Amino acid sequence: MTGYPTLADLTDSSRGAVIDLLFRMADDEIVLGHRDSEWTGHGPILEEDIAFSSLSQDEMGHALMYYQMLHELGEADPDTLAFGRKPGEYRCASLVSLPNNRDWAFCVVRQFLYDAAEGVRLAALSEGSLVPLAQLARKLRGEEKYHLMHGRMWVVRLGKGTDESRRRVQKALDLAFPYALGLFEPTNADAALADAAICPREANLCAQWLAFVGSILDEAGLTLPDGAEPVYGGRAGRHHESLSRLLEDMQLVYKIDPAAKW
Amino acid sequence: MTNYEANPDTPDATLGIGNRQSAIGDPRLAAIWNALESVTDPEIPVLSVVDMGIVADVRVEEDSVAVDMTPTFVGCPAVDVMRSAIHDAVAALGERNVAVNVVFDPPWTSDRITEKGRERLLAFGLAPPKREGTRGLRDGGTQKSRAGSARRSFVPLDVERLERVACPFCHSTNTTMESMFGPTLCRSIHYCNDCLQSFEHFKNV
Repeated sequence: MTGYPTLADLTDSSRGAVIDLLFRMADDEIVLGHRDSEWTGHGPILEEDIAFSSLSQDEMGHALMYYQMLHELGEADPDTLAFGRKPGEYRCASLVSLPNNRDWAFCVVRQFLYDAAEGVRLAALSEGSLVPLAQLARKLRGEEKYHLMHGRMWVVRLGKGTDESRRRVQKALDLAFPYALGLFEPTNADAALADAAICPREANLCAQWLAFVGSILDEAGLTLPDGAEPVYGGRAGRHHESLSRLLEDMQLVYKIDPAAKW
Repeated sequence: MTNYEANPDTPDATLGIGNRQSAIGDPRLAAIWNALESVTDPEIPVLSVVDMGIVADVRVEEDSVAVDMTPTFVGCPAVDVMRSAIHDAVAALGERNVAVNVVFDPPWTSDRITEKGRERLLAFGLAPPKREGTRGLRDGGTQKSRAGSARRSFVPLDVERLERVACPFCHSTNTTMESMFGPTLCRSIHYCNDCLQSFEHFKNV
């Protein structure tokens, strides 16, 4: 296969598109990782406290890999990218910054929808023409399979559980789904990424995601809300109000002394 | 660049450890591999980075050494520690230009853990991962066909397969998985219904 054996082989137009894609992926991961970490010490049962702590660690590690790739492409160093930008500069979808609200069912559903989307995207990138990203994507898919295993297990268990568990998980799904559609918000980079065979168009990924999620929800006896309008804007830096407060928390220690050596 | 390819029928100690066999005729390379055997996983101190299959390749030039390491889990904080330790162990041999590169080709999978590594895990009280045949060979993918894997590996694993892991203490398979996550990214938590003890399992990745 021809394509791009190294980052340096990218053309100007595909390079810009890849930077856009990496920011979206990195920012989704670090913000979701932060939300996951908020369960540490507060999980409804010990195993879920451990689960969300582990998920958080994975998400942050993945964010670091994307930020490092961005740094190789000429962007700032990972710490500055992760902790030093203003809210409008982040490219995460609103789904990932929504507050936990101590609602574990919501967080399980949000994580499941997100991990399913990430699974579709990583599968596509693994077969893509940008070799370093394809190699990273293949590696991360191995780690992500436990995320999906966990999400599927709980969504099915809650959906088939009691009247209360079914009601609460359906309510969580109704709330999260329009925001989850925002993970596939079309961007100006779509065409360039698809033309370069680096990543398929967002609409294509979204369709695959819907099929996959639909099959698990069928198994769980749950339904996707009808006529849901996607919540867009995150990919263009227009965020749900929750992101600013999240970043204040997340950036607090770093901002006390950005030059500190840890 | 070495093009190491494992014999899929050989479950032996050389699996997944790069060009170690060619070190036999080269004292400098042999010394480096020996030094790497002394670099242990900070979380599991009975295991070396060689046993873990983390060392993907070692290349020597006249005045420099390059070690490629393939990390277990990218979020694992021990990765940075091991990278420094690898650098220091090779530098301690008197090598002046030592580069340690983190690579994702081959991607680390639990199949890269050597037989010796598995025995050491068991002795340490950690149930070792089963061999899957997904060694992340250097051709850039797993053993499954690339088109096939794009379709198949998008199906999440069944939780059922994580039940019945063999207990590292009494070897019974009458066990249950308590949590698919554990104190570190690489471990899940299980319980043995026969000897009534909790144990941890090194996850199949």
